[in-house]
Amino acid sequence: MPHPLHTALVVLLPLAGFVLLGLFGKRFGSKAGLVGVLVLALTTIFASMTAGGYFFSNGTVSGVFRPLKDLSFTWLAFSPNIKIEIGTLLDPISAMMIVVVSFVSLMVHLFSLGYMKGEERLHAYYAYLSLFTFSMLGLVLSSNIFQIYMFWELVGVSSYLLIGFYFQKPSAVAAAKKAFIVTRFADLGFLIGILVLSYYAETLDFGTLIQRLTDTQSSYSVGITAGSFMGISALTWGLVLVFAGGAGKSAMFPLHIWLPDAMEGPTPVSALIHAATMVVAGVFLVARLFPLYAFNEVALKVVTMTGLISAMFAAVIACTQTDIKRVLAYSTMSQIGYMMFALGLGAKGEYGLGYTASLFHLFTHAFFKSLLFLGAGAIIHLVHSNDMKDMGGLRKFMPITHISFLVACLAIAGIPPFAGFFSKEEILSTAYHDSFIFYLLLLLTSGLTAFYMFRLYFSIFWRREAHLHGHHGEGTMTMKLPLIVLMLCAVLAGFVPFGHFVSYNGQPLEMHVDLLFSIAPVLIALAGIGLAGWLYKSENDRPHSLATAMGGFYQAAYRKFYIDELYLFVTKKILFNLVGRPAAWIDRHIVNGAMNGLASVTGSISSAIKGLQSGKLQQYILYFFAGIALLTLLLIYRFASMPV
Amino acid sequence: MNLSLLVILPLITTLLVLLARGGGQVKAIALTGATLQLLLALFLLYAFGKERSAGDHSAMLFQANYSWFAPLHIYFHTGVDGISVAMILLTAFVVLAGVLVSWDTSFQTKEFFFLLVFLSAGAYGFFISLDLFTLFFFLEVAVIPKFLLIGIWGSGKKEYSAMKLALMLMAGSALVFTGLAGIYFKAGGSAHSFDMMQLAGGLIPVKVQLFFFPFVFIGFGIFTALFPFHTWVPDGHSSAPTAASMFLAGISMKLGGYGCLRVATFLMPDAAQHYAPWIIALSTIAIIYGAFATMMQTDLKYINAYSSVSHCGFVLLGIGMLTRTSVTGAVMQMVSHGLMTALFFAAIGMLYSRTHTRMVAQLGGLLKIMPFISTIFILAGLCSLGLPGLSGFAAEMTVFAGAWQQPSTAYRFATILACASIVVTAVYILRATGQSVLGPVTDSHYEQLPDAKWNEKLAGILLMAGILAIGLAPFWLQQLVSPGAEQIIQQAVKSVTIK
Repeated sequence: MPHPLHTALVVLLPLAGFVLLGLFGKRFGSKAGLVGVLVLALTTIFASMTAGGYFFSNGTVSGVFRPLKDLSFTWLAFSPNIKIEIGTLLDPISAMMIVVVSFVSLMVHLFSLGYMKGEERLHAYYAYLSLFTFSMLGLVLSSNIFQIYMFWELVGVSSYLLIGFYFQKPSAVAAAKKAFIVTRFADLGFLIGILVLSYYAETLDFGTLIQRLTDTQSSYSVGITAGSFMGISALTWGLVLVFAGGAGKSAMFPLHIWLPDAMEGPTPVSALIHAATMVVAGVFLVARLFPLYAFNEVALKVVTMTGLISAMFAAVIACTQTDIKRVLAYSTMSQIGYMMFALGLGAKGEYGLGYTASLFHLFTHAFFKSLLFLGAGAIIHLVHSNDMKDMGGLRKFMPITHISFLVACLAIAGIPPFAGFFSKEEILSTAYHDSFIFYLLLLLTSGLTAFYMFRLYFSIFWRREAHLHGHHGEGTMTMKLPLIVLMLCAVLAGFVPFGHFVSYNGQPLEMHVDLLFSIAPVLIALAGIGLAGWLYKSENDRPHSLATAMGGFYQAAYRKFYIDELYLFVTKKILFNLVGRPAAWIDRHIVNGAMNGLASVTGSISSAIKGLQSGKLQQYILYFFAGIALLTLLLIYRFASMPV
Repeated sequence: MNLSLLVILPLITTLLVLLARGGGQVKAIALTGATLQLLLALFLLYAFGKERSAGDHSAMLFQANYSWFAPLHIYFHTGVDGISVAMILLTAFVVLAGVLVSWDTSFQTKEFFFLLVFLSAGAYGFFISLDLFTLFFFLEVAVIPKFLLIGIWGSGKKEYSAMKLALMLMAGSALVFTGLAGIYFKAGGSAHSFDMMQLAGGLIPVKVQLFFFPFVFIGFGIFTALFPFHTWVPDGHSSAPTAASMFLAGISMKLGGYGCLRVATFLMPDAAQHYAPWIIALSTIAIIYGAFATMMQTDLKYINAYSSVSHCGFVLLGIGMLTRTSVTGAVMQMVSHGLMTALFFAAIGMLYSRTHTRMVAQLGGLLKIMPFISTIFILAGLCSLGLPGLSGFAAEMTVFAGAWQQPSTAYRFATILACASIVVTAVYILRATGQSVLGPVTDSHYEQLPDAKWNEKLAGILLMAGILAIGLAPFWLQQLVSPGAEQIIQQAVKSVTIK
């Protein structure tokens, strides 16, 4: 029975935690972490109650889920119709998301107790975590498109604070800045998209917006499809621009460049924001506006292709990286690519299978990917390095991490019966029904996924014995517990009848796993694992000779296809040197020069003519006669030229 | 409520400052005076709200009219609408914060505080005037003290900067005066009038408007950094003492924006329509060009000065777009920018007084050493880049949403460019904060430096409270300002429909 207050509390509790820790955090000292965990535990309870109530009691009307809107008050009115109303919107996707977000956040809070132990600014860390959780929960519960934009920006800034937590490290500050600016750039698209859509729909409310623009009879819908710019309809512009914002946050190609760098933050932070929550905000945004996207072929195509390219592109890069967090970062990008791809095909087929498959993958991915990041955190905690070259044979030192990491790898590789198998299966099935080429490409990407994940796994846990000096065991109980809990989720999440809860039209969708169909993906995944084992399970020179054999392609992938360099060229060379520097120079030398010039011209004129006022009578008489002479000449000239 | 109190209170304070003995007394009097100003301004807000909710919807509330110089029809005519109330509140906040951060002034203390408080009298007088001559008189009252504040208490090439600022602002005043004289002699036939409420409503013939509007608008525009007349801003700010910088950016630049709105647009609506494309073009240039120029600055004060050029561009853009929402946004942006930039300058001043440098490259890692100062510095930065929850976001979004209501493609293009500037803002703000308060400590001498003192903390908290009051709950400011904006816009919109 979700009382409106429960829903609001889900958002307000972390906010209270942030204020408490932000203002008085120092007084808590090392207890700050416990305060954070306590607040999040409460939040998770309220979120589960809210979602449970929605799914099992009051969410449905005769078997169909309907959105529940609550608590709407006008925060800022731009015009009588267009106003930012703060409220909560519960529907299947937001109910699912609040559980995922608060649960993963709780696990991360718990894990951080051990991971961040002894950190001087622990209260600040937990305050930022609470701020982030608040923003993310606010984002998914937003009932108004401008409200979601506000929380979107708050998510951005809290991620800035978290990535840059080690603020004395210049690389961390640079990474935080990069993440913020790249996503800010994408958000510009989002903002303009909102302006375009709201101008025609004359509302910012999600429900009304969708209803008005999808009703082809209404004047709103007619207006937005008639209005066009550069031959493209206003609706397409609006949706593609909004998607640009989503692509930025979800690190889709070509706006992905911030994600690998963002690994500078503390590792549990990556488990939270770069695995389960912030990076899937883009998927969530498209899903939130899905009825509108479903209405527009072009926008959907953009979503599909962006997803497909990102999935493949990132998987190739992930095969070459040696920093374990960066491998995970590219893997995240690739998996979100899968989600976007499926979402783009979500309107096709009779059931909208792609829509459910996409969100199902979001759901399962949240568990196994945050597990992978937390596992990586435990490993880094032990080895004090991010590089897989410094690792090997760790299975003996950290059995729990080893097993949970293995489970997560199997899950992401799509091996039954782990969670990823089920959701990926649905995505592949969606692709298969749309185009055989898409299917083949994604199948190939699945193989790559299995390969790079097990390359990671074997390099960390097998290969050879790493030399660890005075290691301190696997970490505290608070670090092991989240690993175990998430491992259980990674095993079991696939068995959730997801289609019963989340579907395109609110009606239960039965998803089957076709045994015959799943043979190919499983085989190719096993092949990927086998290849990784052959190359990395024991020390040998096969990986090196393979890399050499691939030559330029390997180098290009290792250098991330030079996208960073391209951006650097555009920003440093063009924006800084060709726009910024000239603007500053012109201002100081030309505009300012002109103003100063005006002053000095005035000054020199005055000093030039001040001699006239000399006070000498003889001079005045001279001027007097000169004047008379001049006037006489003028008169003569004038009369002479007159017709007589 | 008697609005003249707003002018009388600072004047009494200045008198008492003159009579005081010793720096301690001077400061105590100035602080008491500034606190009373703030209380008075808050009371005005309360009284205004009460009057409005009681159903008084007349254009100007609390009007009073005294004959000042009858032969020339000059009156001391005062009255406020929501816009003026918002500006008065802003002034009160900035003045109190300015007095607080100047607590350590030791050179010519009496004169310093005298000028500071005197300046505020000018600003209040300006915002309550409904008579053009009185308004102009107070504008001048607010200019002269700045020349002295920079010239005497400033730093760097202060004489040059003080002179430049005074000359450019004087040129602005001269243009304004020409325009006002034109209105006086040319409006409404024989009955010469300076009274704004009489002149409003299309009394001024269109031809006269078209001729004199540029004088008034550019004149006031110089105050609010209208491109290309903004060049006094960087020099003026960089040489000014902290409190003067705060006043300059927080109050003086707002005198210009208010003048553009209240005098130019309100009285000459046809001309405002006619010149709107020019205003939009110039303000868009200021926004983008100011932002890019900021990106290249290395001195914190120059960074904030150039970013003020960019941010004040939003004010002019909002005015130029001539919709109710955009004008509301312009006023909100004035208030927001006033608070934010005052906080920024206060934080920069605090950093400078400790580290003796304002160069970004020489600073670093201060968050650990001076957590309070660094935090307000970062918060001012986040407000500047438009973080929801702080005032900048609400104000800028209102301007954008209002501007978008103009369906012309060219105006849309200008709006998109203005929106794009928020990305550049993020670049320069994160550069500045990333290098100066984050990162490694660059100079081991910094390790021993103290954090903010009580007066500095108070100033920071005060301004932060203002920023949060708007950022978390912008509806009150929007509701306060919007009817006033409506009234100004009505004239301009009417003039279109008649044509």
